[in-house]
Amino acid sequence: MLGTCGVDSLDGLYADVPDGLRLARHYSLPDEMSEKEVRDFFDALGRKNRVMTCFAGAGYYHHYAPSLISAIVSRSEFLTAYTPYQPEISQGTLHYIFEYQSMMSSLTGMDVSNASMYDGTTAAAEAMLMMNASMRKGGRILTSATMNPRTLAVMQTYAHFHGIELEIIPSTASGMTDMALLKSRIAAGGVAGVVVPSPNYYGILEDFSGLSDACHAVKALLAVDSPASALAVIKSAGEWGADIACGDAQSLGMPLSYGGPTLGYLCSTKALMRKMPGRIVGATVDRDGQRVFVLTLQAREQHIRREKATSNICSNQGLMTLYAAVYMSLMGSRGLEEVNRRGIEGAHYLADRLAATGTMTLTYPDSPYLNEFVMTVRPGTDAYLTAAAAQGILGGVKIDGRHVLIAVTEMQTRTDMDRLVAVAASLV
Amino acid sequence: MSNTYYLQSHEYARIDGNIAYVGITKYAAGQLGNVVYVDMPEEGDDVAFGEEFGAIESVKAASDLFSPVTGTVIEPNTALVDNPRLVNEDPEANWIIKVELTEPLNLEELLTEEQYKELIK
Amino acid sequence: MNRRLYGQLIFELSHPGRKGVKVPDNGVEFAVDIPSALMRETPLDLPEVDEPTVARHYNNLSTNNFGVDTGFYPLGSCTMKYNPKINEEIASHRDFRDLHPLQPSWSVQGALEAYYTLQEALSEVGGMAEFSLNPYAGAQGELTGLFVIKAYHESRRDYARDKVLIPDSAHGTNPASAALAGYKIVEVKSLPDGTVDTDDLLSKLDDTVAAMMMTNPNTVGIFERNIPAIAEAVHGVGALMYYDGANLNPLLGVARPGDMGFDVMHINLHKTFSTPHGGGGPGSGPVGVRDGLQQFLPMPKVVKSAEGSYEVVTDAATSLGSVSHWLGNFAVELRALAYILSLGADGLMEVGKLSTLNANYIKERLKDLYLLPIDGLCKHEMVFDGLADKSTGVTTLNVAKRLLDMGYHAPTIYFPLLFHESLMIEPTETESLETIDAFIDAMRRIAIEAKESPEMVKDAPHDTPISHPDDTAAAISPVTTYRQWLAANEPS
Repeated sequence: MLGTCGVDSLDGLYADVPDGLRLARHYSLPDEMSEKEVRDFFDALGRKNRVMTCFAGAGYYHHYAPSLISAIVSRSEFLTAYTPYQPEISQGTLHYIFEYQSMMSSLTGMDVSNASMYDGTTAAAEAMLMMNASMRKGGRILTSATMNPRTLAVMQTYAHFHGIELEIIPSTASGMTDMALLKSRIAAGGVAGVVVPSPNYYGILEDFSGLSDACHAVKALLAVDSPASALAVIKSAGEWGADIACGDAQSLGMPLSYGGPTLGYLCSTKALMRKMPGRIVGATVDRDGQRVFVLTLQAREQHIRREKATSNICSNQGLMTLYAAVYMSLMGSRGLEEVNRRGIEGAHYLADRLAATGTMTLTYPDSPYLNEFVMTVRPGTDAYLTAAAAQGILGGVKIDGRHVLIAVTEMQTRTDMDRLVAVAASLV
Repeated sequence: MSNTYYLQSHEYARIDGNIAYVGITKYAAGQLGNVVYVDMPEEGDDVAFGEEFGAIESVKAASDLFSPVTGTVIEPNTALVDNPRLVNEDPEANWIIKVELTEPLNLEELLTEEQYKELIK
Repeated sequence: MNRRLYGQLIFELSHPGRKGVKVPDNGVEFAVDIPSALMRETPLDLPEVDEPTVARHYNNLSTNNFGVDTGFYPLGSCTMKYNPKINEEIASHRDFRDLHPLQPSWSVQGALEAYYTLQEALSEVGGMAEFSLNPYAGAQGELTGLFVIKAYHESRRDYARDKVLIPDSAHGTNPASAALAGYKIVEVKSLPDGTVDTDDLLSKLDDTVAAMMMTNPNTVGIFERNIPAIAEAVHGVGALMYYDGANLNPLLGVARPGDMGFDVMHINLHKTFSTPHGGGGPGSGPVGVRDGLQQFLPMPKVVKSAEGSYEVVTDAATSLGSVSHWLGNFAVELRALAYILSLGADGLMEVGKLSTLNANYIKERLKDLYLLPIDGLCKHEMVFDGLADKSTGVTTLNVAKRLLDMGYHAPTIYFPLLFHESLMIEPTETESLETIDAFIDAMRRIAIEAKESPEMVKDAPHDTPISHPDDTAAAISPVTTYRQWLAANEPS
């Protein structure tokens, strides 16, 4: 091979690299390992972690993932393919993405879904960019202090560097967006769009009646951010009259994996379709009249529009949309509703029993919530979480020294809940 | 003397009194290939000479549209929304926007038909 | 790959009342009263299917897909190397898979050690002081890198820098990311050999320039040998050098971006570090910085204490902020670490040279039949400008489609934009001589077919599950959901 290349050594292939730039030493890294050693290494590392019964949520939920999902997503034909640039040999990928888009459209009540967002935080940031771009001269974006703080942080980063004015409307004593203030800020004008959460960070379902009309009256757009699974039971973005639905789809069959990878979803009305970032699959026919699928609306994308693209997104979060598609196929409408019902009933049972211990109270007792709620912990959040951890329980997510956010899914049994209640009762 | 003027970026303006019909040239339509979408302003929007007023897309290309005139859009050609292929069929008959001029033509910078023909030779 | 299309949609297999899984019963029944105005009214229409049907459906679909495990995938600029399966096993290890991102640091010491160890290994390979693994993909790594640059200039109250310089040969993501970071884009011209025109660069450098973005080797696969002079000139006006890690693979074991004068860079773990591409994602795009810029990296961040324990830090005044929910695509990071440990220092030292050897060998063996606009040594990939014999009318697109018939994935086509008929081939280091020779034979056969039966080549592919999909119809009236498909295909 070297002879064919006209060089007499591998180094000869780098004759064009100036000497001063060449690495004159070996990497300072460990020696190579056999598979067994690699496995042993990670087994040892894994033992330094503690997997606990999980009552933590805050955007990422421990749901049951049927075994078939991992069997399908491990198929090499799916796993080792790239973005389906050649539709003739990529119908598998294109086909499941089309199914995913169809399912997300049904869940969100929107016309169109992309397949490209990394997670919920960046999906919200992309929704913000999309709304900003839909106004010829841009405009302010309004959002709520009841959004997930990690989502807000990412939106703030993107807004700061891109030069978007992002205004955060404060929350009320009932843990909800100050809706009167939000509506008056919308009416003040210059607003390109509004992003609100449902349920919000505290698990509370807010009432968005009249919000889409208020937005549309001043030509602003409305985006509603929800964890995907909950859309099976809560009023969807489409039903609220929103223009965009966004959020994290981890709750559709994806493991927690210490935070990633997951999948962000972004759906919109047909009117905004051409402002949508990322990959979209469309149906068409081939020469033989077969129904086939292709990447479509590509002229919006970075590889063609360069600096004029709506977004720089290249990913097509393919494999994660496959998790979601297989999960939703197995669950069906009724299965997904049942998953939510178990979480909701479990959460209300647990909140009731925790409050009965006398060491904690429901922080927002008059606000309707789904499968997640905030407790005010009289002995302090740290004391509670430490006592729970001693029992092998992740007791929730700390909001501050006195407040903890607790989530329930179909995964925690009544026994698990009663153990957590015993922990709460033991606090003084 | 022709009543049509051009930009180097291949937009034309056909002038009829105080009205300009703005579209892309046959040459540009040929270069772009099958047009799949035309992004155009709404009635009442202002356009300015040399500034972007929309975009035109084919399957694998997209280009911005620049206005050869300054004025107010009195009619976007909505027939192109459902049938963008019209641009390929006859780009001159199928203008993109109809503009009421608010400023005189920028004759110093606009190309005449002869100059444009020279450009694309 | 199955050459017949499996065309059914899961919705078409649905039978009302069927279910693919029993939902776990947590044993709680509790009356809940949520106002109905807040609940969903529209019925969901997800498919209702039993488990064996779902299994067969997706397995059949997979047979219409081509991956690296199916065959040779010489997609230029994408580094489609083999993805070792031990990495998959590690990524789904229960002791990592079931960790919640917001668990306290003490309960995730193993995960944090993995993050920290990979961060250090990437710093060694990139010649950087520190990496953040948080960015989810290459494009986001690039964007985060530009945020670092902007945060750096802002920290010096230098607000006048509003431009980023980008070579005209760059991938579209570079200008898209720079625009997203709020910068204006100024293109720098390329010389006929594809490298940066230094004179043009110098004429565009002043104190309004924030950064210069480059890949090296560049998108044509050529090493930019003037890089020290370029870096000096860019630094001379107070701007920073950004390294797009898309083409890092050939430099493994040979050179490091940090030693070339780059200040900020990203790495695509799904390219250089062999994590699977997953049909387009999830990827991972860690961003690294030279000494002096660490304080601008995104939050959260993993720090190691003097006693050797690890902690997650979530805020710091100088940080650019966050770009992700937590610590990025953690399971992808685990795969990359497993890859680095498997190869070890010695193995990684060989990666670049072998990828370059494979590329040069293909280039030499095809350059009589395919037009090589830039002769000489290439690095991990080469760009042909279509067939050498232009008289047949056979285009790069035709060659690409004919390759599909022969059981190969197509190279990258019509990129870079420097040539009309770009055909960009990247073999990677994980292909054997036999595979590469067979691919060369296929490419040579196509060149001969183009002369002997050009119409047949122009009409390719002939032997794939579908052929000649109507892209135009798809883009004019997009049908992107099953419901829209039903509406468009109603018998009238």
